[in-house]
Amino acid sequence: MILEKIKEKFLDDVYETFEFRGDLVAVVNKDIVRELAQYLKTDPVLDFNILMDLTAVDYLWQERKPRFDVVYHLYSLSQNHRVRIKAGVDEKDLTIDSLVSIWPVADWFEREVWDMFGIKFKGHPNLKRILMYEEFKGHPLRKDYPYNKRQPLVGPQN
Amino acid sequence: MKPENQAASPGFFTSKLNDMVGWARKYSLFQYPFVTACCGMEYMSVACAHYDIDRFGAGLPRFSPRQSDVLMVVGTISHKLAPVLKQIYDQMCDPKWVVAFGVCTCTGGFYDNYATVMGIDTIIPVDVYIPGCPPRPENVLDGLMKLQEKIQRQPA
Repeated sequence: MILEKIKEKFLDDVYETFEFRGDLVAVVNKDIVRELAQYLKTDPVLDFNILMDLTAVDYLWQERKPRFDVVYHLYSLSQNHRVRIKAGVDEKDLTIDSLVSIWPVADWFEREVWDMFGIKFKGHPNLKRILMYEEFKGHPLRKDYPYNKRQPLVGPQN
Repeated sequence: MKPENQAASPGFFTSKLNDMVGWARKYSLFQYPFVTACCGMEYMSVACAHYDIDRFGAGLPRFSPRQSDVLMVVGTISHKLAPVLKQIYDQMCDPKWVVAFGVCTCTGGFYDNYATVMGIDTIIPVDVYIPGCPPRPENVLDGLMKLQEKIQRQPA
C-alpha cells in the first residue's frame, strides 16, 4: 500500500520498488526527495513522523552508477509501519536536498554523511564535520580512502 | 670519593631521604581518570568496594590535572581527542606518572583505522602498561603495584 501510494504520486521518478526481507524499499530520483519526504510526512494515511536513520553507501567496488546511495529509514508511530527510501547520488553532482526543515533530526545525520562520504546537502543550516576534526582531509568512509591513512594532530605523522 | 671524606658525606642521609619520599609518594597517589571508553567499567570496578583501590593508597580521584599525580588513560584515544590528552598531561605538576589502561591505550588495540591513536606513547610518555580488553581488576592492581615499585626506586 505504501509503495503503491508513492508510485502513484511520483510516477517515473520512482525507479524501482521491492520488498527485501519484510522491509519495503523505494529507489527514487534524488531530485524529488524533499517533495517525497513532505508527502510521506503529511499524508494522513502514511504519516511517517520519524526519520529513524539517514545514511549513505559507497558502491565504488561494484562500479555502479550512481556511485553513492543516500538511504532514509522512516517510521510511523501512529500506523506502526516502515519504509526505506534510497536515492542515488553520483560523483559528478554530489548534492541532494536537505530534509532538516521536514525532520529536524536530519541535521546531525546529514552532517555525518557529509563528514564520512562528502555528500553535500542543499539547504542544510550548518553543514560542517560532526565526527572528525576540521583539519581532517577527505572523507574516511569512502571506499577509496586508504584504510591505514592517519592524520594525527599531535605526535608523529603516519 | 676519598676515604677520609666518607664519614662527612651526605650519602647516608640522601639515600634514606629518597626512600622516605618514595614511600610517601607511592602510598598517596592522586589519580586523574581520563576515561573514554568501555575500560571505564573495569576502572569503576577497581575503584569500588569489591577491589578497593584505596588499599593501595590510590583511592582519591581528582578531577583536576593540577591536583593529581597519576594520569590514568582509560579507553580508546582518537586523533580528535589526542590534543586534549596532551594538554591534560602538560597541565599536571611534577612528579607525575602515566598509566596506559587497556590495549587501546597501549597499542591501539584491535583498531587500525583513520580515527584511532596507535598507542598513547606516541603522544605522552607512559610508565606502566596494563594490557587486557578490558583488563581484569586484579590486573589493574598488579599494574598499580608495579607503578608503586617504580616510584619507590625513583630519586626524590
